[in-house]
Amino acid sequence: MNTTHVLKTEQVKPNPKEEKNVFEIAGLNLWYGNDQALYDINMNIPENQITAIIGPSGCGKSTFLKTLNRMVEMVPTVKTSGTIKYKGTNIFDPKRNVEDLRTHVGMVFQKPNPFPKSIYDNIAYGPRIHGIKKKKDLDEIVEKSLRGAAIWDEVKDRLDENAYGLSGGQQQRLCIARCLAIEPDVILMDEPTSALDPISTLKVEELVQELKENYSIIIVTHNMQQAARVSDKTAFFLNGELVEFSDTNTLFSNPEDQRTEDYITGRFG
Amino acid sequence: MNGFMSKEQWKKRLNRRILVNRIFYILFFAATTIGLIFLAMLLYRVLTQGLGCLNMDFIKGFPAPYPDEAGIYAGIVGSIYLIAIVAPVSLVLGVSTAIYLEEYAPKNRISRFIQSNIQNLAGVPSIVFGLLGLTFFVYMMGFGYSLLAGGLTMSLLVLPIIVVAAQEAIRSVPNELKEASYGMGATKWQTIVRVVLPASVPGILTGSILALSRAIGETAPLLIVGAAAAIYTLPDSVFGPYTAMPIQIYSWISRPGEEWPLVAAAGIIVLLAVLLLMNAVAVIIRNKFQKRY
Repeated sequence: MNTTHVLKTEQVKPNPKEEKNVFEIAGLNLWYGNDQALYDINMNIPENQITAIIGPSGCGKSTFLKTLNRMVEMVPTVKTSGTIKYKGTNIFDPKRNVEDLRTHVGMVFQKPNPFPKSIYDNIAYGPRIHGIKKKKDLDEIVEKSLRGAAIWDEVKDRLDENAYGLSGGQQQRLCIARCLAIEPDVILMDEPTSALDPISTLKVEELVQELKENYSIIIVTHNMQQAARVSDKTAFFLNGELVEFSDTNTLFSNPEDQRTEDYITGRFG
Repeated sequence: MNGFMSKEQWKKRLNRRILVNRIFYILFFAATTIGLIFLAMLLYRVLTQGLGCLNMDFIKGFPAPYPDEAGIYAGIVGSIYLIAIVAPVSLVLGVSTAIYLEEYAPKNRISRFIQSNIQNLAGVPSIVFGLLGLTFFVYMMGFGYSLLAGGLTMSLLVLPIIVVAAQEAIRSVPNELKEASYGMGATKWQTIVRVVLPASVPGILTGSILALSRAIGETAPLLIVGAAAAIYTLPDSVFGPYTAMPIQIYSWISRPGEEWPLVAAAGIIVLLAVLLLMNAVAVIIRNKFQKRY
């Protein structure tokens, strides 16, 4: 990846031969007030792969995803215990600030949430908050990000139009482009296609496949077919516990746990 | 509806429902009309009484002992000066307070207590603010019966209204937008400046227009903090004596003689005109922001 406008304090080039972990999660518990939402999660999320998280509504999969960039702390009553190591350092370390973490670990949300600004300003938002001011640099980032999210050709002639004028699917790809503009290493996706029609969903899925080259992607989905189509690894959550985590093919063809089998064969959820 | 009621019953209920629908339409229309009738009566009375006295001499003249010589110039200038103090003071304090309460303050007992107190303050009679201003600004701070004391008292009066309006506006910014900003590593301050405030400016301005309109029309607190009823100079500094349009109108209307109410009516026309002008400016600013965001 070209890193002319690097914003990072570190940038580790991945070696595709050697499988490394981007997140190492140990003994993670999480409470909303007195209600425990996650129970003793232990898992290692590999780098430069697509990890899908599936499970029925309310199983804690979104909570888990939002814990990885500490967005879950937007809810003031949240308490956690355990450790999540991002590339070796604990993200809950008091010395580690969330702004830095979220620059490395970007996020795409369930509902497309572009800012009520122009397409250009949406993409330039991230670079600008990190201090990039030169028009030339911003132009370059905007084009690169929009190309990266496979939406450049659709919007290149109307960069100064309001992003709300785009269709839902385009808005979601714009949000992915906006995320790419901060050059994260990891992209968290929280049911990114649940608000989209099948064609737009397909485009986003194709895009996710392409992004895998350069990013580690963790995608929460309630759509099992989607998990099976796009991911390399799949984790199955149930009632706040990680039931099973393995290669997607294994999990869907030969699940170890009875509850996983019940879920993927449609017996509940 | 088969099985639950007969065809005739159903038909009867249908007619009744349509009738009720119609009645409520008429009721709401009547309510609107009553308001409009009184507004029209007010305008008619003020215009028929006041237009005769309204000329350039009235607008450019100072108060005088005779009705045909009296003018409202000192009042216009005084009111504009007052607003020039009230608008920045109350907007800066009010919006800052609203940002603190909405974005920073922990949601606990204390903040809920502060919250309900601010809402109560918005309903406190203006004369009470006048007394507060008299005690604090006029005597304790030693500002005397000055423009500054009047302006600050008015700022306190409209502050709660602006805080409540700004809070509403800030709260209505969708959470998804803030999440998007935080998700890219923005700090709270960056998120407030770049996402929250731009999106809430139209709402904040709408509330502020109402609040400042109230300030420009208030009489009672200014009487207490010593706005002059008859003054023959313009304020030379913020510590100088001053008057305001509603004070002038009030003093004219309480004078004996048949012609003074006509002068007062002319004053009301000028006051309304200035109010409309102020609101128009604010609406233009607001629309500009709505277009941008």
